[in-house]
Amino acid sequence: MSVELTIVLIPLLPLLAFFTIVLLAHRNHALSHWLALIGAGLAWLLSMLVFGRAIQTEELSRHPFAAAIEWLPTGSTALQIGVHIDPLSAVTLFFVAWTVLMIFIYSIGYHNYGQPKGEHDRPGLPPHGAEIQDAQGHAHRVPSIEPMYARFFALISLFAFAMYLLVVTDNLLTLYMGWEIMGLCSYLLIGFWYGKESARNAMIKAFLTTRVGDVFMLLGLAALYSLTGTLNYQAILNNPAVLNGLAGAASPLAGISWAGLIGILLIIGTIGKSAQFPLHIWLPDAMEGPTPVSAMIHAATMVSAGVYLVIRFFPLLSVGWDGHSLTLPMLVMGTIGAFTALFAATIAVAQNDIKRVLAYSTISQLGYMIAALGVGAYVAAAFHLVTHAFFKALLFLGSGSVIHGMEHGVLSTGEKIDPQNMLYMGGLRKKMPLTFWTFLAGGLALSGFPLITAGFWSKDEILSGAYASGQMLIFWTLAVAALLTAFYTMRQITLTFLGQPRSLSAEHAHESRPVMTIPLVILALFAVTAGWVGIPEYFPLVGGALPNWFEEFVGSMLLTHSEKSHHSLLPLTVSLVVALGGLLLGWLTYRRALKPEDPLEKPLGGVYSLLRNKYYVDEFYQLVFIRPARWLAETVTDRWLDRAIIDGALHSIAGFGVWLGKSLRRWIDLPVINGAGDLTAVGTRNLGAFLRSLQSGRVQVYATVGLGLAAVVAILIYFLWVIG
Amino acid sequence: MIPLAWYLIFSAALFCIGLFGALARKNAVAILMGVELMLNAVNVNLIAFWHYYAQARSAPYVHGLAFTTMVFVVAAGEVAVGLALVISAYRRRQTAVMDELTLLKG
Amino acid sequence: MNGLQLVFLLAALVSLFSAVMVVSARRMMHAALWLVLTLMGVAVIFVTLQSSFFAVVQVLVYVGAIAILIIFSVMLTRRVMEDQGDQVLPGWRAAALVAVLLFAVIVGFLALWQGFSAMLVELPSDADNLLELGKALVSPQGYVLPFELASVLLVAALIGAITIAVDLKEDQRG
Repeated sequence: MSVELTIVLIPLLPLLAFFTIVLLAHRNHALSHWLALIGAGLAWLLSMLVFGRAIQTEELSRHPFAAAIEWLPTGSTALQIGVHIDPLSAVTLFFVAWTVLMIFIYSIGYHNYGQPKGEHDRPGLPPHGAEIQDAQGHAHRVPSIEPMYARFFALISLFAFAMYLLVVTDNLLTLYMGWEIMGLCSYLLIGFWYGKESARNAMIKAFLTTRVGDVFMLLGLAALYSLTGTLNYQAILNNPAVLNGLAGAASPLAGISWAGLIGILLIIGTIGKSAQFPLHIWLPDAMEGPTPVSAMIHAATMVSAGVYLVIRFFPLLSVGWDGHSLTLPMLVMGTIGAFTALFAATIAVAQNDIKRVLAYSTISQLGYMIAALGVGAYVAAAFHLVTHAFFKALLFLGSGSVIHGMEHGVLSTGEKIDPQNMLYMGGLRKKMPLTFWTFLAGGLALSGFPLITAGFWSKDEILSGAYASGQMLIFWTLAVAALLTAFYTMRQITLTFLGQPRSLSAEHAHESRPVMTIPLVILALFAVTAGWVGIPEYFPLVGGALPNWFEEFVGSMLLTHSEKSHHSLLPLTVSLVVALGGLLLGWLTYRRALKPEDPLEKPLGGVYSLLRNKYYVDEFYQLVFIRPARWLAETVTDRWLDRAIIDGALHSIAGFGVWLGKSLRRWIDLPVINGAGDLTAVGTRNLGAFLRSLQSGRVQVYATVGLGLAAVVAILIYFLWVIG
Repeated sequence: MIPLAWYLIFSAALFCIGLFGALARKNAVAILMGVELMLNAVNVNLIAFWHYYAQARSAPYVHGLAFTTMVFVVAAGEVAVGLALVISAYRRRQTAVMDELTLLKG
Repeated sequence: MNGLQLVFLLAALVSLFSAVMVVSARRMMHAALWLVLTLMGVAVIFVTLQSSFFAVVQVLVYVGAIAILIIFSVMLTRRVMEDQGDQVLPGWRAAALVAVLLFAVIVGFLALWQGFSAMLVELPSDADNLLELGKALVSPQGYVLPFELASVLLVAALIGAITIAVDLKEDQRG
């Protein structure tokens, strides 16, 4: 089997699984998860084959694996559809394949496969648990199986298809299709428990917010296509003539080149998809979905797609960059990324929901990557994308395991607490050891614990990249964000696992099943080791012990290599200090928490509630966009335009007619022109009857009217423009 | 040696007759017949243009023919589904008269 | 006026006349039979365009399958429809006007095009084009994707047709 054919098969297998589950297997739980697993497993296997071939191929970035066929003929040219694997998509494929497979396996346990059916469970609501009798006749409450089990596996298979499609494709149009299919899956999966109102609101919010970004991205694609006549990566990005042409051409916006304008439009697409400020608001609410969904869509893969897009288009975004003054798109990325990184990190400090903390930390880490691209640290951004996918998927799955354990405790004690609230946890280290150790690995990677974790190496590269670029503001913003990251990560670990249990449920929590913990262990291995492929050579002591393979592999993607000049030890020191300092601070602050309340709440006062309420961004949008839109619809359009102006006009015409009739009747000559008033009335009625006949409900009449109007317009055009 | 214009006028006329049938007839089957006439007119048009372009270049030329093939396939599918709908509606409501199928009425 | 032109004019007149009968015949069965004649006329037109393949396909698919299907459904729905008052909607005059206007628009715009008055000459050979068409339909650089999609569409349409036509019976039984 040729490698190109292998690549084509990768996305198709999960798609096949999706259709098979939906059409044939949706009644059978075991069959549907096996189908999904086989689809994902084979896709994983093929991805590993392709990745293996890719790393053995010399000069892959110059001669990528590619194959294409014509798809849509458009006049003399044709849009092509095809596959394309270069170093960047190879490493993306690697982490996508691993995280997707792990999450599929984990989902079996998360949705309580093998447990009895709950007696009150309904589709659209999370399972409530089931009553069972043991051998002695005692009744127990145990978790019950998800009522829409097959639907879940069908949807995540479709999602996996879209993600693979996005990674292996060779052009922007198919990338956009994968992008939108993922948006749809995200919408459906956030609202998986559609019986909950919060889930319904969250799904709509996510869909609409990302749509804002997508529209701009589509504009960017259209501009790119109309200027270059192609959407193929190779034809645009590996072609200095095209890039320089775009950079030289002035766009309709004053002072911005076409390359800058297209770059900014694509960046707005990324801002929507990767939840950057100011379109970040959907991601925390997306945690309404089941935890594997949060892990897969909203941490490891879908939100990475936005960053993948800007990394992929870095040659376009940075065209004209000489290593000193940043281009406009880079400046935008650097500013938004750094700001988001800090902004989201501060919010994460004051959240109590275990998944919400992770959601904000995802936003913050994605901001890191975008900022890294903004300062030109291309390899560092790609590196952080990979490592982040592993440890964030691990953290989400770990938090799901914690929630699962807590739910078990809640079910058996009957306590009325939120199983996701960290303030009611504590001491879970002894109850759930495997979850604890893996979560610890992920948490340390997130906070950048020196030397052994993956997160340290990638974050250190970003910091040194920011330092080397000379953008000191971005550098220090990122450093403070890193400090906060370590702080809230330690806060989370301390509140959840260390200390003493702060509720009965936490005492009754227990370890999840192996089908959930084994994926955690595998991801934990990657969370630690994935960083070792990219240790920079100049690093003291360990540098050079392992070759910096990642830099060589992915760095070959760029046409021009930027010279390596950063040997300063300042960024390294800073990254050591912030990681360790943040962890220490977090532990010191929260180790003594005995009651379910945050020890920082009182000392911080107003600042804390500002953070707790996420800077009131949601409320701000409610006030600025949603209320005015509603006001526009309800008051302006409905009350004023519709009822006052249009209805009023009709009423006044009618009133005028009545008045006219009356006047005629009374003032002109009542007995002589008796019919005149009647005529007005009849005329009005006839007009009404005529207008009513247009709304007959007959499709044919509608078609006649439509075509007639079209013909009239065509005739007008003919006489006014063509002849005249 | 026939002028292209003849074909174009013929197909336009056939199309408009079919359009009239689709717009004005009461019976759903008759509407489908009108649609078939329109599709045929399109096919005549496609083949005529194919001929025109094929003679303009001396090499074999297939694009118009490929489109005509597609129209044939789609017409077959359309008539199958359309007639099934007519029969289904006829069974449900005991009528095939479009005049009485006014669910869209406002 | 040569023989070919005569054939064309005859076929065109017959098809147009029978097309008018299709849309104006009072009895559905007559309309269906007129439709067959129209389709045969169009097949002759295809022959004059040197695409005898499509003439054959026209006879096979349209006359052989589609027209027969229409005749069947006319017979199936006949009981209610036979000779009940007008066969056209009250607004048929508007429809006729729209059709005439549209005809004028199409011909008017086409007449602006310089190729409108071109003469169609005899092509070297019909067989070459047919061969190329066959190859193009299954070639990845040609039309294999639309071709396969069309086959999927056809299957979906047939399954859909069966589903639509059958489900009421089941309802009645259950």
